[in-house]
Amino acid sequence: MAKKFLYINRKAPYGTIYALESLEVVLIGAAFEQDVSLAFIDDGVFQLMAGQDTTAAGFKNFSRTYKALGDYEVRKLYVERESLEERGLKLEDLMPITYEDENEDYAEKPSIHVVGRSELASIIAGQDVVLSF
Amino acid sequence: MQLAIVVNEGPYTHQASDTAYQFTKAALEKGHGITRVFFYHDGVNNGTRLTVPPTDDRNLQKLWSELGEQHKLDLVVCVAAAQRRGILDADEARRHGKDVSNIAPGFRISGLGQLIEAGIQADRLVVFGD
Repeated sequence: MAKKFLYINRKAPYGTIYALESLEVVLIGAAFEQDVSLAFIDDGVFQLMAGQDTTAAGFKNFSRTYKALGDYEVRKLYVERESLEERGLKLEDLMPITYEDENEDYAEKPSIHVVGRSELASIIAGQDVVLSF
Repeated sequence: MQLAIVVNEGPYTHQASDTAYQFTKAALEKGHGITRVFFYHDGVNNGTRLTVPPTDDRNLQKLWSELGEQHKLDLVVCVAAAQRRGILDADEARRHGKDVSNIAPGFRISGLGQLIEAGIQADRLVVFGD
C-alpha cells in the first residue's frame, strides 16, 4: 500500500542548499513507488523559474532536473497562487514541465498546477508523509 | 507509536537538533518506538566525533551517541550530504583517499533511501529544521 508523500519546497533555488538536496530526495524516493507530490510555496516558487542562469554565481544549475521529474513518475507539482502573486510572477514565468500520460496514448500533460492557499492546505492535510525543505 | 525523526540543521547554529534530541528522548520515555533518526542537510554535523564545545555547554553530538547507545537507535547520516560536509566513516575515508574518519559512535552513513523507508515504515515522520 503506497503512502502519500509530499515534498514542500519553501526556499529559493541557489541561496541555500535546501532546494538541491530536496530534489535529491525526490529522485531517490521515486524508486520506492509511493504516491509523490511536490508543493512550491514562498520563495520556493523561484525554483521553477524559466531561464535560470547560474554562470556568474558559479553554482551548478540543476533547474533542468525539474523538467525530468515526469520520467520519475513525479507528476503533481502544486504551486501556490498567492506565493506567485506576492512575487509578481505568473504561471508563464515558470518552466513548462510535463509528463506523458500512458493512459491517453502518451499525451503530454502539464505537471504544474497553480492552487490557492486554502486548497494547498487541504492537499497537505491529505498526506501521509510531509517533508519540508 | 513508531516515530521517524528527521534532523535538517546542524548543532549550535540552530536549535533544531536540540529540539529533535529532546523530542526523541521524551518520546522514548513515553514508551514510543523510534524507527530511525535521519540526519540531512547540515544535520549531518550532529554525527562528527571531532567537536569540542565549551565544557559549560551541552555536547549535542555526545548526547546523541549516548541516547543512541542506550536505546539502540538507528542514527543514520545521509551519505551525499555527509560527503559535501566532510563527515566520513572509515570506509568512506579510504574510498576517497582521506587520512581520517570522523563519524561519531553509534552513527552510520547510508543513503537517502533510508529516509524514504523510514517514512514508509513509521506511523509518523517528524521533521526538525529551519
